[in-house]
Amino acid sequence: MNTENNILVKLYNAGFKQNNKWLVEGVSLTVEKGKIVTLIGPNGSGKSTTAKIALGIYKNIEGNVEKYTNKVGYVPQKISIDWTLPLRVCDFMLLTETISEKDIDEALSLTGVIHLKNKNLGNLSGGEFQRVLIARAISKKPELLVLDEPVQGVDYTGEIALYELIKNISDTLSCGILLISHDLHTVMTATDHVVCLNGHVCCSGSPMDVAKNNEYKALFGEKASQILTVYEHKHDHVHSDEGEIKKN
Amino acid sequence: MFDDFFVRALFAGIGIAFVTGPLGCFVVWRRLSYFGDTLAHSALLGVTMAYTLDLNIAISVFLISSVIALILIQLQKKTNLPGDALLGLLAHSSLAVGLVVIGFLTFIRFDIMGLLFGDILAVTTDDLLIIWTGGALILLVLKLIWKPLFASTVNYELAEAEGLNPDRAKAIFTILMAAVIAISIKMVGLLLITGMLIIPAAMARNISDSPQKMVIFSIIGGLLSVVLGLYSSLEFNTSSGPSIIAASLALFILSLFKIKQSIKLKN
Repeated sequence: MNTENNILVKLYNAGFKQNNKWLVEGVSLTVEKGKIVTLIGPNGSGKSTTAKIALGIYKNIEGNVEKYTNKVGYVPQKISIDWTLPLRVCDFMLLTETISEKDIDEALSLTGVIHLKNKNLGNLSGGEFQRVLIARAISKKPELLVLDEPVQGVDYTGEIALYELIKNISDTLSCGILLISHDLHTVMTATDHVVCLNGHVCCSGSPMDVAKNNEYKALFGEKASQILTVYEHKHDHVHSDEGEIKKN
Repeated sequence: MFDDFFVRALFAGIGIAFVTGPLGCFVVWRRLSYFGDTLAHSALLGVTMAYTLDLNIAISVFLISSVIALILIQLQKKTNLPGDALLGLLAHSSLAVGLVVIGFLTFIRFDIMGLLFGDILAVTTDDLLIIWTGGALILLVLKLIWKPLFASTVNYELAEAEGLNPDRAKAIFTILMAAVIAISIKMVGLLLITGMLIIPAAMARNISDSPQKMVIFSIIGGLLSVVLGLYSSLEFNTSSGPSIIAASLALFILSLFKIKQSIKLKN
């Protein structure tokens, strides 16, 4: 197979401006089948915005987005569901695609919430709801999975299990995953490609390369980079406290 | 069979209830009750247009309501006014303009009460045809856009991200709203159409735990309201609209007891 056919979504120099302020700019990245691309960066660095650009939620963007698949599963970071809707977990699973009862049960079992199948969505705890969100996204066997902090609010053991599940899904379904995570340890072990954002792409590459990068260290601190290894190299700009870029 | 005005009214009402049931659920879920009001008030302009140009009332109301909906969408894009202010502006100005125009049309006798509150004597066999074919069309289209519309009602970004085109579904739904108002104006009257949309759906919400159930109960509630309302309208010589809406209110109040019970069961 040539690599062209493996590309699921490709951002080229993409950016999004809201109220004359760039939320993120100049992002180039590619998600391929069977690969996990992870976005890291501090709060407000444009991770979720980048995910929404890739998904085509934002319409008036700068740069280019090419999406080669419509089989998408999305776990948003924030989701506000209006509880005037009577909605059970099993109704929610069928939200964007009609899938078989068997697939629903399988996905709910994988994320450990099969016992909640007939519960009202409004009665779930934060962590339970998060597991349902993940189950819904994987149940439709997507080609592209976009996970925006998928394990927020999930208990510690569950967190590890869910990350393992995500890795498994990427292997078994050979779907591409765009992951946003704050858990640097997971990021550095399970990812194929890391993009470090701070309003723009600070650095990107394999987890090893990124961990060695000085900007990564500047953003996350020395401790974070020691997760893998320490390596010094020159960088051409620094960030002010407001996140603005200053050339050296 | 349709020679009797009451049979005509009954069949018209039943046809309307089948359509207002599911649409009303979306009105409740998407918080569109005031939007429905605005379209209904603008229907008066449609009625005056029908009389002056000798058009069918339903078709002319449908056209005017669609235009008002389009104007609303444009105003929302181009002004900084909040949505409810824009709705109020359009609702009351179109009602006012409609009434002023009626004032000028002295050569036509208007039954204003009938327009505002519905009149079972006014339903003709032509109206029945429009209600049932129009209603079937509305339901068919609603079925086709159900998935994207429902998904975006739950969460817009999920629907958009997973390729369901929620904007198109929303635009089509707006047209369906105009259509349902057009077919039900004669029976329910333009001041009370939103009640026919909301109250059975609200009643259904109280007794359902899934969206499908809510739609079904909403239809049943609407049907019961129509039958009860029309019989009491005949019995007590009241306007058809208020009688139907009062019947649906009674059902809503009954449904409140069910909530009380289920809360007790939970504790």
